[in-house]
Amino acid sequence: MAIELRVPTILRTYTGGEKAVNGDGATLAEFIDNVNGAHPGLKERIVEGEPEELRRFVNVYVNDEDVRFTGGLKTGVKDGDVVVVLPAVAGG
Amino acid sequence: MLIIEKATYDAIVAHARRDHPDEACGVVAGPAGSDRAVRFVPMLNAAMSPTFYEFDSGDLLRLYQEMDERDEEPVVIYHSHTATEAYPSRTDINLAQEPGAHYVLVSTRDGADSPAYDGPVEFRSYRIIDAEVVEEEVRVVGSYEETKGDN
Repeated sequence: MAIELRVPTILRTYTGGEKAVNGDGATLAEFIDNVNGAHPGLKERIVEGEPEELRRFVNVYVNDEDVRFTGGLKTGVKDGDVVVVLPAVAGG
Repeated sequence: MLIIEKATYDAIVAHARRDHPDEACGVVAGPAGSDRAVRFVPMLNAAMSPTFYEFDSGDLLRLYQEMDERDEEPVVIYHSHTATEAYPSRTDINLAQEPGAHYVLVSTRDGADSPAYDGPVEFRSYRIIDAEVVEEEVRVVGSYEETKGDN
């Protein structure tokens, strides 16, 4: 088992075109670090700043829950979970 | 070039006029790889603002799940400008994250939202890739049936 990351079109340049990649970790932050090891560059498109936070215009969901309501990068994850990343559709 | 059916074109303009003075937004989905905008999906502007739009995060997830199930992609992403021309703003350019989409802008400025107004409404389309904007021609057809054999 593993945790699955669903990759949006614009970030598939980091995954060799793959729509989904697997990784591990106990929190979303650990999971993103783990996936970034195999797909360098992915993390900085999702996370920014120090301390690290999710980018304002990137939405991340764990099992269909927006992580902004479940603890952000500290959200717990486990084998079998599905993490979806979707760029916001927004503008002015 | 964006080729779009008249009914869809009219639906986008109607949505923009209806939501004025707030910006209206939505997508037109179509079969992946087809470049055919066939399924009109008006979205709620969670920002409810005359100068900003953003899909609600829950709506966004459901939209993309639905498109995945149907093997669709967002062929058109549209929104309105309520006081300025139908040209991508700096924010639009910075936040455009669907390189395959036609970004459609409609302007409801200068009274174009009024029920009494029956003149043309600005409707323009762009590709926005890596912060570069390229305007494209918009061709309105009665039905995609007419374009069989084209592109």
